[in-house]
Amino acid sequence: MKVQIDAGRCQGHGRCYDLAPGLFGDDDEGFGKVLGDGAVPPEEEQEARRAAANCPERAIRLAEGA
Amino acid sequence: MTVDDRFTEDFRVARKDGRPSGTRNEIVTGPVSDWATDFSHLEPEWAADPYPIQDDLRRRCPIARTERFGGGWLPTRYEDVAAIAYDTERFSSRSIIMSNFRPPREIAPIGTAPPISSDPPFHQHARRLLLPAFTKTAVSRLEPATRAYCHALIDALDGQDVVDAARDYAQHIPVRVIADLLGLPKEEGPRFREFVESTLEGVNLPPDERLARMDRLFDYLLAQIRDHVESPRDDLTTYLLNAELGGRRLDPSHVAGTMALLLIAGIDTTWSAIGASLWHLAGTPADRERLVAERGLLPTAMEEFLRAYAPVTMARLVKEDMHWQGVDMKAEDWVLLSFPAANRDPAQFDRADEVLIDREVNRHAAFGLGVHRCVGSHLARMELRVALEVWLERIPVFTLADPDAVTWAAGQVRGPRTLPVRVG
Repeated sequence: MKVQIDAGRCQGHGRCYDLAPGLFGDDDEGFGKVLGDGAVPPEEEQEARRAAANCPERAIRLAEGA
Repeated sequence: MTVDDRFTEDFRVARKDGRPSGTRNEIVTGPVSDWATDFSHLEPEWAADPYPIQDDLRRRCPIARTERFGGGWLPTRYEDVAAIAYDTERFSSRSIIMSNFRPPREIAPIGTAPPISSDPPFHQHARRLLLPAFTKTAVSRLEPATRAYCHALIDALDGQDVVDAARDYAQHIPVRVIADLLGLPKEEGPRFREFVESTLEGVNLPPDERLARMDRLFDYLLAQIRDHVESPRDDLTTYLLNAELGGRRLDPSHVAGTMALLLIAGIDTTWSAIGASLWHLAGTPADRERLVAERGLLPTAMEEFLRAYAPVTMARLVKEDMHWQGVDMKAEDWVLLSFPAANRDPAQFDRADEVLIDREVNRHAAFGLGVHRCVGSHLARMELRVALEVWLERIPVFTLADPDAVTWAAGQVRGPRTLPVRVG
């Protein structure tokens, strides 16, 4: 699984880096950013799904099997 | 460095004939005849419990109308609230408090309190000035002082059986945090409270009275600005005084407008969120006991309190006549943008009318949606979390002392203003 952020939708609510701090961080203005290449270790898949499901702007994409 | 001479005149001089230009309408108050055609968020029935009204409207309208405030609309579905929040082309933020006064169109795209009152493209520039100061990392630096202050507030309640969780606890926390952030004197809670109430709850006051109250706010800010011009320090006020947009320092009205925004929006909202959360826990022993036992659940529970008791409703002005989702909107109609109503839409949330403190999927809109997402949301979340952590640690057992004595603020920011709880 890989995670991506649609920068056109992200408004910096920060739910992703609150809920999955191993996968997401924030930039200098508080917008979300993917840490590393976005590859999700199996043990963090649940966190990735939770982050995506709680983004108010629906800005997080999960690419299954990637 | 040149002398900063932007603040030699007071803000009233800018007005032409002593009154701001713009459009006023007849003020209509009193009982609502039918919420679908005559809604008013300023009436006591709404303040006491708006949710059954919103649920009813969502089923039968779903966009309510009022002729009060010179005409306006109230969408109640999540889908419609989101669409308006995203549509800055057709809905302006030129005024975001639904009142009996519409500021002149020329005030766009800046508005009186940038960036909340701004439209694109100016909005983005004004917003980017503020974002770095309000990231999660930046606000985490305020956490130790906030926690210590919460403890001091609880210390001061010692020995009382019944305490007012809204007046003696919740309200003081954001007052102190915002005062620190802007570099304002610390012990001015009563004054800030007056500013907040004037702005948000004084909507139906006679125009001259409302204007006089706004003057008091801006006179106060001007005095604080001048003090910072004289002696700069490491705070947001000095930051705004030094900030530039497009190579120019900010207009005096921009500096003061942004300070007013941070003062008003930073206090009433968080105070309401803390108070509403404590109200829920005081009245729902099972949730209180579970949170005391499972501290790790607090971040999830907090999001549910934000969803179910979202304090903030925004407003927009319709830019041009149009047919929108089945209603005929006219230019200059208000739209009351109810995030609380959106957050209880069963089409968006399972068991929308229930408060589930372990709700895993919670895409609520308490901090808005789109480009105007609350700039202080990370600060608010920090304050709310710390306030609840400290309260539950120090006062794990509390109940509503007198449910009928609880009062709620009317208007666009809703939260408990009197909240007597019995301790122990």
